[in-house]
Amino acid sequence: MTLRLGLPSKGRLMEETFAWFAARGVPLERDGGERTYAARSGWDGIEPVLLSAGEIPAALGAGRLHLGVTGTDLLREKLASWESRAEVLAPMGFGRADVVIAVPDFWVDVRSLDDLDAACAAFRRDHGHRLRIATKYHRLTRDFLRRHGVADYVLVDSQGATEGTVKAEAAEAVADITSTGETLRANGLRILSDGLILQSEATLFRSLVAPWDAERLAALEVLRHRIGAV
Amino acid sequence: MSPSVSRALARAEAQRLLAHFRALGAEEVEADILQPADLLLDLYGEDIRARAFVTEDPLRGEMMLRPDFTVPVVRMHMEAGRDPARYAYAGEVFRRQEEEDEHRPAEFHQAGFELFGARDPAQAEAEVFATVAGALRGLPLRAATGDIGLLLAAVEGLETTALRKAALRRHLWRPRRFRALLDRYAGRAPMPEGRAALLAAADPFAGAGPEIGLRTRAEVEARIEALRADAATPPIPQAQVALIDALLAIAEPAPRALADLRLLTHEAPWLRPAADRLARRLDALDARGVEVDALAFEGSFGRTTLEYYDGFVFGLFAEGRPDLPPVASGGRYDALTRVLGRGREVPAVGGAVRAGLAALLREEGR
Repeated sequence: MTLRLGLPSKGRLMEETFAWFAARGVPLERDGGERTYAARSGWDGIEPVLLSAGEIPAALGAGRLHLGVTGTDLLREKLASWESRAEVLAPMGFGRADVVIAVPDFWVDVRSLDDLDAACAAFRRDHGHRLRIATKYHRLTRDFLRRHGVADYVLVDSQGATEGTVKAEAAEAVADITSTGETLRANGLRILSDGLILQSEATLFRSLVAPWDAERLAALEVLRHRIGAV
Repeated sequence: MSPSVSRALARAEAQRLLAHFRALGAEEVEADILQPADLLLDLYGEDIRARAFVTEDPLRGEMMLRPDFTVPVVRMHMEAGRDPARYAYAGEVFRRQEEEDEHRPAEFHQAGFELFGARDPAQAEAEVFATVAGALRGLPLRAATGDIGLLLAAVEGLETTALRKAALRRHLWRPRRFRALLDRYAGRAPMPEGRAALLAAADPFAGAGPEIGLRTRAEVEARIEALRADAATPPIPQAQVALIDALLAIAEPAPRALADLRLLTHEAPWLRPAADRLARRLDALDARGVEVDALAFEGSFGRTTLEYYDGFVFGLFAEGRPDLPPVASGGRYDALTRVLGRGREVPAVGGAVRAGLAALLREEGR
């Protein structure tokens, strides 16, 4: 009986995750080189599974993983009522970024969500369609804008290079993830003063719906102890 | 919590309701389950995506599983119907749910009654309410009513600019933003940070980024002009803000709400037509045997629904069961016929029942 632990399968997020676990006495190792997606753990209690970070939330929500590492942004975007299906075991302190609403910097009249809402109303009247906001965070953005009473916008899907969509006239504004804001600035965009949707970081989650028997719960306690999440 | 009823019971209840509506003169209509998404999106904006299932049709583009019957029935009537018309329907509707709740399933049976083109508004509203409530007679239900038209009239009567009224009207269905706007227009909230500097700047675009996207510099300038004009607009008088607060706070039996409303019309004569409409509606309900003395009226009722009701609104709720969604709800939606009728407008009132919930209450009452 082992705990299935979902790990990001690529890039810096994967490296930092491996290092984080190693520093806490849970050595992880990738099997056979760069191209395989198999991994092993130096500790029997854990069965590592390499997955795209974007697929880990659904696997946690379906109970296919006991544990998983992914960004808070992805988990909240992809899991409806996430609190009932997963819990935070440990924020990991890397992969920090903000999901924000940004508009063209030359919209000097739009500083806040309040202004954005007014601009949306006028835009719809003048252009005959709703102001488009490009994002891959549909649920997060929609919930945020509804909570703040912004109307007359429409979300358009953008799975990459979202900052470029305004210049390409595929959208008028964006809801995107940024760590320093540099890419947004370089693309002529500015974050709204109250446009912070979510602060995200890499986080170790526990699935509340995966099969948890006494043995696995005991293994979880050992792990909690090692990572200092008691 | 009691379990929800079986699909068969819900369907049987929907058919019973349909038969009831037909016996009262309604013509049975059907609607496609797959509805064009663009129309619903245009009407409701992104909120509808959070509530309806969207799917892709290779020939017709983005489609939605019907979240209710109202929009397809309105479209059908606006294309081919003759006034007055009474329609009834029964079938499944589909709503996305973000939380597990056995009483808010993603698909459920609905039955409804819609009345178009009736000449006397009070009679039409009373007929729809009495028809829907009558179809559920015997169930432990509590009725609540309201009137969006009253709030619209109060906004229309404010001593302020047409732009401010339009902004308030637009957010009537978003209580939080409505409140924020009203506070700002009344001078109760400070000017947003940076606004004064923007309005005072010789060149507001100094140091700003490149002009990108479809929203043009001219549109930005137009909004700055509008903000300047707004900054020079005197605040809405406190007494008028208090009037809207008083309207929103009304929550009492309908005849007493009417009496309170009559008192308010002394200071706010522009509310008189709305008060008269309420009086005529109560008379019409009374004439149909509705116990108006026991009918609750709430000034803020119906403000959090999708924005198509613009007059009388009602809901029927299971007594002592705040965990359940309304068993029935409905109201007047003239504005929706205006949007879908391309210039034509037809008075319209309707109501729909969650058949599964009605069946559940019936089972529990056995």
